[in-house]
Amino acid sequence: MATIERESHVESPPWPARVHDWLTTVDHKKLGIMYVALAMGFLIIGGIEALLIRWQLMWPESRIFGQDTPTLFNQLFTLHGTTMVFLVGMPVLIGMANYLVPLMIGARDMAFPRLNALGLWTTLFGGLVLYLSFLTPGGPPAIGWFAYAPLTGHTFARDVGTDLWAMGLLVSGVGTIGAGVNFLATILAMRAPGMTLGKVPFFVWTILWTSVQILLAIPPLTAALIMVVLDRQLGAHFFDAANGGSPYLWQHLFWFFGHPEVYILILPVFGIISEVIPVFSRKVLFGYEFMAAATMGIAFIAMGVWAHHMYCVGLARTVDIYFAAASLLVSIPTGIKMFNWLATMYGGRIRFTAPMLFAIGFLAMFLIGGLTGIMLAVAPVDFQVSDTYFVVGHFHFTLIGGTLFGVFAGIYYWYPKVTGRMLSETLARWQFWLLLVGFLLTFGPMHVSGVLGMPRRIYTYLPDRGWDVWNQISTIGALIQAPSYLIFVWNLMASLRSGPPAGDDPWDAWTLEWATTSPPPPYNFEEVPTVRSRRPLWDFKHPDDPDWKYEG
Amino acid sequence: MSLFLPLAVSGLNRGVSVFHPASPATESIRHLFILVLAISGAIFLVVEGVLCYSILRFRCRSSDPGTEPPQVYGSKPVEIAWTAAPALVVFILVLVLARTEYEVRVRPPKPQPGDEALFVTVVGRQWWWEYRYEYFNGEALGFVTANELHIPVGDAERARPVYLTLVSADVCHSFWVPRLAGKTDLIPGRQNSMWLQTTEAGLYLGQCAEYCGTQHAYMLLRVYAEQPSDFRRWLENQRKPAVNDPSVQTGRQTFLGLSCVNCHRIRGTSAAGSYGPDLTHLMSRATLAAGVVPNDRLQLRRWVADPQQIKAGCLMPSFGLSEGQVGAIVDYFLTLR
Ligand code: HEC
Ligand SMILES: [Cu+2]
Ligand SMILES: [Cu+2]
Repeated sequence: MATIERESHVESPPWPARVHDWLTTVDHKKLGIMYVALAMGFLIIGGIEALLIRWQLMWPESRIFGQDTPTLFNQLFTLHGTTMVFLVGMPVLIGMANYLVPLMIGARDMAFPRLNALGLWTTLFGGLVLYLSFLTPGGPPAIGWFAYAPLTGHTFARDVGTDLWAMGLLVSGVGTIGAGVNFLATILAMRAPGMTLGKVPFFVWTILWTSVQILLAIPPLTAALIMVVLDRQLGAHFFDAANGGSPYLWQHLFWFFGHPEVYILILPVFGIISEVIPVFSRKVLFGYEFMAAATMGIAFIAMGVWAHHMYCVGLARTVDIYFAAASLLVSIPTGIKMFNWLATMYGGRIRFTAPMLFAIGFLAMFLIGGLTGIMLAVAPVDFQVSDTYFVVGHFHFTLIGGTLFGVFAGIYYWYPKVTGRMLSETLARWQFWLLLVGFLLTFGPMHVSGVLGMPRRIYTYLPDRGWDVWNQISTIGALIQAPSYLIFVWNLMASLRSGPPAGDDPWDAWTLEWATTSPPPPYNFEEVPTVRSRRPLWDFKHPDDPDWKYEG
Repeated sequence: MSLFLPLAVSGLNRGVSVFHPASPATESIRHLFILVLAISGAIFLVVEGVLCYSILRFRCRSSDPGTEPPQVYGSKPVEIAWTAAPALVVFILVLVLARTEYEVRVRPPKPQPGDEALFVTVVGRQWWWEYRYEYFNGEALGFVTANELHIPVGDAERARPVYLTLVSADVCHSFWVPRLAGKTDLIPGRQNSMWLQTTEAGLYLGQCAEYCGTQHAYMLLRVYAEQPSDFRRWLENQRKPAVNDPSVQTGRQTFLGLSCVNCHRIRGTSAAGSYGPDLTHLMSRATLAAGVVPNDRLQLRRWVADPQQIKAGCLMPSFGLSEGQVGAIVDYFLTLR
């Protein structure tokens, strides 16, 4: 019904008008789509960088770029890390939240639509500033994504690439802070009548706490980046030991941002998974209150564990033990989440459509990343495996096995709402299996090479170390993964034209976004709905047995 | 996955595996690692098991009724149980790791006569290691060498511990010899310390583990653990000034006449630079350029002619010396035992 209506009155305006409309829009849905598109673009760029890195490491003593190999390799991993964290991970999640939060809480837009647009464009601008470094004589920065001082000082990084890196992150960070403020205001002030904070969809709850973390973590990074720029451009000495500064201070500042950052990249995904699993298991989320408390718990504890990235800097022993204990504490609320998801599936009627497939992939893979995280939190173990490929394996299990699988689950779930079309299930399955197999082959062996003594960030290694096989398996895995991303992008584009029409509520779901048309009109809801429980559409579909009878 | 790990590395002994400890510290870390692996392995099996069971048992079948399954909103006792159980595990882990922490990170004592302890200051430099030998057995040593660290092994009576003071001359580095100790960073403006100790003589490999710029990959580490008598012989030799062999005067003069002296020291000559490795006993080292190539005539010639060919980006420039100059310098170097 909705689709027919749409098609009958659509008369596309000429393309310059459409471009102008997208460039000047303050509509949260269009901005959300552009955020996700931006992230996909950078995902491809970051992926190409990863493939080059893997290609160089396939054989010991290889030099795929000849004499320039060391520098180019160092630039590649710097860009890869920076891109994936700042230009893929955060934008894709912020974009999805942008699209969904107002719809899920029954609002007509975000609280500050113009700030929202500013956020998108500063993120893009920051990314362009970073990549501008390719046009400078010295090329991109070669400092690693956590850019330990004094490598970022003028003495060791003379070229302008490092300045562009710092400014790019500074600018995009401002956009992120704006997004955080906006989500907070929207979620706190614009919920539909009847939707108390305890009744928001779980995804919205996780975005609330992600925003809190954004506001606590990004400003210290911004400050630290300004210090880098001052050191480089105006001869300040914040991180210059010879003049009374402290490189060690940078590490504290960076990880005070860096650890919460990993939760900024995973909490929203916990939210996605908590929407997808119930709908495709046909059961209400098990233990909503405990899940909500666990989310809060993670957000709080995560602020006090940053120095587990610094066990090897020679902290006092008691400090090591404190940070180890605090880091291990995070595993308790995370465990609660895992168990509640399993309990939600347990006793359900599980439908293995694409979103659920990726959600299950998330559960299976994120678990592994979580467990290796426990190993790394144990300080003395970390003395050995810190800064090795074991760590590289660990965080790719959390960021690909966790964040990316979750994002795919979310995109397969909400794409019909956004476009009014279904994605191809066949392509989804190809993508899933290629990604899963390729991912396991790429990152599984890294745990082994790490334990065998291979440090991260080395452009090559000697043949006598016994690391060749593991690196070769990794590279083959990367080659298997690569097509899965192309299939995904193809699926997104092809289904836009030829996907079967989705209808308003293709998954028979329960949250408010499924109550409006697909795609939703600019004003989202003709009439602002009144809400009585966490699953308003369940109440609507089961008037005899509504949720609000059971919720406390 | 986690069970697979110890299996995968058990067959390999390449001298850099953390599962082949050769010191008390790495031994206790291995114990802790295995404990953590076992705990994670158990959690892994349980959770993945429940996941697989749910997938198989609760998948939607065509025989299912068209209605929704029973809605279960949660259960307080169950939630409390799966909060308390992990909390207990965490509590135990913290106790165990605290014990290991104290076993592994030993504070260095003051050097004393008769302690048979070795004290060395390690200076991390882009992209090689400087070793300043301070004390052995309470006796001040005061010589400097590079890239290859020699230490004595202990035995049943004497432990012969080695205490390293770690500092950096430029950027952050990290000293890591996996079989002898976990890594510790060298950070400008800070002084760290580290403890090595072993009873097994042999060569221990490792490398810099903190990204430190262009040639981070080629900042390799070699530690020779030697019988006390061999070690003493090595010490005695290192303390002497350089050999002055009259048959290589041309090479010596060539070297001293070039800018090499601004960066390199050869004790007993006018070369007193400290920016590059000390060359006084260059030929007592088995490798060049922090373990990258073997130290022989061929590689020395290549290095002196153009170090950038061996270690692109390293901080020794190419000088474009003539064949004759290179040959003479290398002949001179070959006498520096
Ligand atoms: C600008 C300072 C500088 C000058 C001048 C210089 N070197 Fe070097 N040299 C270095 C540095 C730095 C290294 C260590 C390189 C590395 O391993 O990364 C080095 C390493 C060496 C080594 C290998 C030492 C070892 O144990 O690995 C030799 C031999 C050597 N230089 C010889 C020479 C000769 C001969 C000259 C003069 C023709 C010379 N150097 C001039 C800085 C210099
Ligand atoms: Cu962390
Ligand atoms: Cu290094």
